[in-house]
Amino acid sequence: MASQTDSSLPAPAPHYKVPFNLRRFIRMNSAQIGILGVFIVLWLIFIISAPNTFLSPQIYSAFMTSTPFFAIMAIPLTVIVIAKEMDLSFPSITAMGMVAFSFVYNGTAMLGDTTLSTTARVGVAILAALITGTIIGWINGIIVVKIGIPSLVVTIGTQFFWRGAVLVLTSGTNFPLEYIKKTFFYPLFVGKIGGFLPMQMIWLIIITVAVWALLNRHRFGAHIYLTGDNINSAELMGVNTGRTRIQAFMLVGGVSAFAGLIASFYIAYFWPNMGSGYLLNTLAAVFLGGTSVFGGTGTILGTFLGTFIIGSIDAATVAVGLTGFLTQLIYGFIIVLSVIMHSYLRKRGE
Amino acid sequence: MENYRLELKNVSKYFGEVKALENINLQLGQNEIVGLLGDNGAGKSTLIKIITGYHQPSSGEIYFNGNKVENLTVPKARKLGVETVYQERALAELQTLWRNIFLGREICNSLGFLDIQRMKDETHYLMTQSMGFTSHAVSPDSRVGKYSGGEKQGVAIVRALFFEADIIVLDEPTMGLSLKEAAKLISFVRGIKEAGKSAIFIDHNIFHVYDVADRVVVIDRGKVAGEFLTKNIGLNELMEKMVRVAESGSLD
Repeated sequence: MASQTDSSLPAPAPHYKVPFNLRRFIRMNSAQIGILGVFIVLWLIFIISAPNTFLSPQIYSAFMTSTPFFAIMAIPLTVIVIAKEMDLSFPSITAMGMVAFSFVYNGTAMLGDTTLSTTARVGVAILAALITGTIIGWINGIIVVKIGIPSLVVTIGTQFFWRGAVLVLTSGTNFPLEYIKKTFFYPLFVGKIGGFLPMQMIWLIIITVAVWALLNRHRFGAHIYLTGDNINSAELMGVNTGRTRIQAFMLVGGVSAFAGLIASFYIAYFWPNMGSGYLLNTLAAVFLGGTSVFGGTGTILGTFLGTFIIGSIDAATVAVGLTGFLTQLIYGFIIVLSVIMHSYLRKRGE
Repeated sequence: MENYRLELKNVSKYFGEVKALENINLQLGQNEIVGLLGDNGAGKSTLIKIITGYHQPSSGEIYFNGNKVENLTVPKARKLGVETVYQERALAELQTLWRNIFLGREICNSLGFLDIQRMKDETHYLMTQSMGFTSHAVSPDSRVGKYSGGEKQGVAIVRALFFEADIIVLDEPTMGLSLKEAAKLISFVRGIKEAGKSAIFIDHNIFHVYDVADRVVVIDRGKVAGEFLTKNIGLNELMEKMVRVAESGSLD
């Protein structure tokens, strides 16, 4: 592909450098600056109202422990929303990935349960979970692209289907995964560095940086933005919008399965309803971060900040001394206000 | 004998039961400007989308420089030197100018990572040299949605020119343009001829087409109703024939 484009290009143009202009920088990045503003204001409110809690490092360790469980999924979900698609099936994918994990682990029982063989079995099982998630994403994409059903509708269906599959395959039972603690995957996925920094936070950062690079520095991301902005223009100009969207669904699928691994490794336990509580939190974080439901705009940094706003409200409400009944009210208030802010910023930006 | 730059033989296109095009034969010579005329729904845009590889013909053959081409796609047509300025302009309005200039053929390395600086450099060069944009609002990083109709058309045209096409297809390029902008566009089409390239120029406005085309092809109800060399036919006569075609389906 690259050589083909290069051959038709004339000689490189002279180097061009724009002088830095603060006003333009603010206008171009208004959504990210806006959500950063919300983030900092909330943080200051928390610190002022509960200094004992918010000036001690433990609370941040706690945030970094619990937020990545859904934040990891919000990152690829941002890509889907920018492409003007939707995926509601990711909570079921987390559970279905774990079913594949335990099937493969149990299916390789002939290898025995020495430390070495358990590590090998868990490694293969992890691979199976990731592949299963990616395949489910691929199926979502195929139904959306090839049959032409809106992704919102398709993934409502597949969300039920895969949850149902999990319940049937496990007969609805929970089961412990104690054996993973024998393997190095346990500290690799959910260990704590220095007793403070949880590994799931490191994984969240890795996924955030990788997806950011894919979205902003890679042809795939360029095509995601173009597809979400104006799918007709993209197709007229030769962008394979179908393949691009299918790849985005596969990305959500694979990463959701990974999030399922992290969440169940953390408590070394599998439960068939895992992930179902994360649906709205994750979506809210994406929209809070300034990604437009109309497609074509959105940023990874915005989503990243959005997840930590969502992830901190629960603890903060209690720490500040308000009753726990208020959390949902505050959630709703912050989400609606932020979305109004983004809508206003977008209109001004154009 | 010199080959035609582009030739369609007996091309038909059906959308389900609807016959959009029926047995179209069309030739485009080396360094020729062909005007396509026809009423709304005559099949002009469908014909264009077949030439650019967006639609595949239901039957018929397409030749580039005398060579038959099978399964024409948009990237394949581009490789063969077809560039298009679409009626709908094919811009992504929330995206920046440089992303629009390189829409669908981003410059990237073998792993698919973008060479953003290079694309911005090229965009800046094109803006100042070819588009004649001097306005402060227009920079490689500005969003295309903010531009005026003429500026947007400029982006679509410059994009087609940048990639050194042999055949430039213009689908209703003067739609929504001011008189001044339309005049600029016409002089641009003349520039294509002077540069030794070919063009297919579609417009509602018969004056614009007559002004620059070497040959005019009239399409009606999915068929070629007739063709004329502009040097052999007067503007009034052509207009009369156009009206007659629209009313009766026949030129005479």
